[in-house]
Amino acid sequence: MKPERILLKGNEIIGEASIQAGCKLFFGYPITPSTEVVEYLSGQYPNRGGDMVQAEDEIGAINMCYGAACTGNRVMTASSSPGVSLKQEGISYAAAVELPIVVVNVNRCGPGLGGLGPAQSDYYQSTRGGGHGDYRTIVLAPSKAQELYDFTMDAFDLADKHRNPVILHTDGFLGQTMEPVVLKPRPEAPVVDRSWVVDGAKGRDKRVLASYSLTNEIGEANNLKWEAKYKHIEETEQRWEEYYTEDAEYLLVSYGTTGRICKSTVLNARAKGLKVGLIRPITLWPFPKKAFAPLIDQVKGIMTVELNTGQMIEDVQLAVECKKPVYLYRRQGGMLPTEHEILDDLMLKFNLTDEEA
Amino acid sequence: MSTEMKQVFGRSAGLTDVPFSFCPGCTHGNIMRLIAEVLEELEIIDNTIGISPVGCAGFSQNFFNCDFIGAAHGRAQAVGIGVKRSLPDRMVFTYQGDGDIAAIGTQHAIHAAARGENITSIMVNNAIFGMTGGQMAPTTLEGMKTATSPYGKDTGKDGFPIDMPRLLSQLSGAAYVAAVSVDSPKEIAKAKKAIKKAFQVQQAGLGFAFVSVLSTCPTNWGLSPVESLKWLRENMMPVYQMGELKVSEEVAKL
Repeated sequence: MKPERILLKGNEIIGEASIQAGCKLFFGYPITPSTEVVEYLSGQYPNRGGDMVQAEDEIGAINMCYGAACTGNRVMTASSSPGVSLKQEGISYAAAVELPIVVVNVNRCGPGLGGLGPAQSDYYQSTRGGGHGDYRTIVLAPSKAQELYDFTMDAFDLADKHRNPVILHTDGFLGQTMEPVVLKPRPEAPVVDRSWVVDGAKGRDKRVLASYSLTNEIGEANNLKWEAKYKHIEETEQRWEEYYTEDAEYLLVSYGTTGRICKSTVLNARAKGLKVGLIRPITLWPFPKKAFAPLIDQVKGIMTVELNTGQMIEDVQLAVECKKPVYLYRRQGGMLPTEHEILDDLMLKFNLTDEEA
Repeated sequence: MSTEMKQVFGRSAGLTDVPFSFCPGCTHGNIMRLIAEVLEELEIIDNTIGISPVGCAGFSQNFFNCDFIGAAHGRAQAVGIGVKRSLPDRMVFTYQGDGDIAAIGTQHAIHAAARGENITSIMVNNAIFGMTGGQMAPTTLEGMKTATSPYGKDTGKDGFPIDMPRLLSQLSGAAYVAAVSVDSPKEIAKAKKAIKKAFQVQQAGLGFAFVSVLSTCPTNWGLSPVESLKWLRENMMPVYQMGELKVSEEVAKL
């Protein structure tokens, strides 16, 4: 049977994909521009066998996720930037107990209350752990409806595979846009180890899931264990898309909504005869350093396009070991760039003219 | 003549053989023993998941003989709700201090009760933050000297003690709310009865069950264990409303 193709709002797609991925537990709190996730699930669950709580606050919601994840069942929460800040304590604890939880952050701009427009200003928060302590969360950055669907499914599999929280890092533009999406059936669920879950000690010894290190020696041993896991994830899970990079002399680097806009910029540049390509990171952590290695010698310069004051640019500079100039083009406060202004700025920064072709 | 001996008293099967690490005279151990006995009597040790946060209550993870989860400070009830919603046929209880449930985690207590979450919460109230060294809690009595109220708790500046059971008993989703003490054998017997009922309420699926247990902290109170029990009786019991504060109609039929 051909999978169904339907029209849904970005946030609803995340909700639908989570159900299709076998997640039947959701704990959340309404906040614009993520609210359609909780609204969609509250409409679907009664007929499809899920359970949700509209929690007293974001802290309650993430800790309910923590409890549900301890039982080994799939669980998700969704929020937007200020709400995700409140969840950070819980995400840190979940990282320490190594719990598979999917956290959706439909980015809005900040700091503070900010505004409802799309932003990427939570890049540092998502990719550097976000809460206290030294940990990492896997971060996936979709750029269109189908990726919202596919990456939501991937997020659950990655969370289970690595026993780690996964952030679906989207934004208000993607969340509010209605686009067609193919409801692919769930791929066969990977077999995961459940020997750690807490579900009642029937026929086995009791288990404890907690993160207190009674001694410094235990603390260091734990940190080394997590460090090894993060290194393994960095080695095995880097994902990105390349667009016209084969012969690129100038490279755009952008993810999510701006990654999508940059594709038009690349096509416009090519029409002018300019050899511009795009690397679109799909995993923001682990950052796709591997994408840059074959291109370092080939390109003359790089420009990141971001909806913040320049956060991912640091990861790009590290990835190319500062061997090539890396510039930033950014819009902030909920504003989106056009494909034309990105190209104008690229040409300005690298002294390019139409005639160069 | 037979020399065979019969064991008439022992450690509850609800407890592990890890020795309690509490200070001398602390009544945490008594309360844990009561819960363990209830788990054993209801035959739910291997069907129960306990949750405790940080603080002295956090040690319970090692002492109870059932599955356990360590939660962040104040979050045990939210975590417990996640467990119960995920596995509705398991028994879920939280074991928390007053600093935990009446300060940093108050919102979860109130909303767990309001939603009638089908979990059992035990709050151990010793009127101070124990593990961090005896600082003032929302449950600290008027005039009581603590590490952060060295001149005595001033209600004009520090506020009045929060009576959590009385507060929660006002909420419709709370099926059973009791306030008990473990300062004497008679009170211990009453406490056990209340704790048992709080688990039976959950077994019957009747909603939120909450038991507050007045407890001593001789170390941080600066009193001997015996003086502490007397202090609890004379100072805490008149301030906090005691007994069964809420018994819903369904619970009354149990």
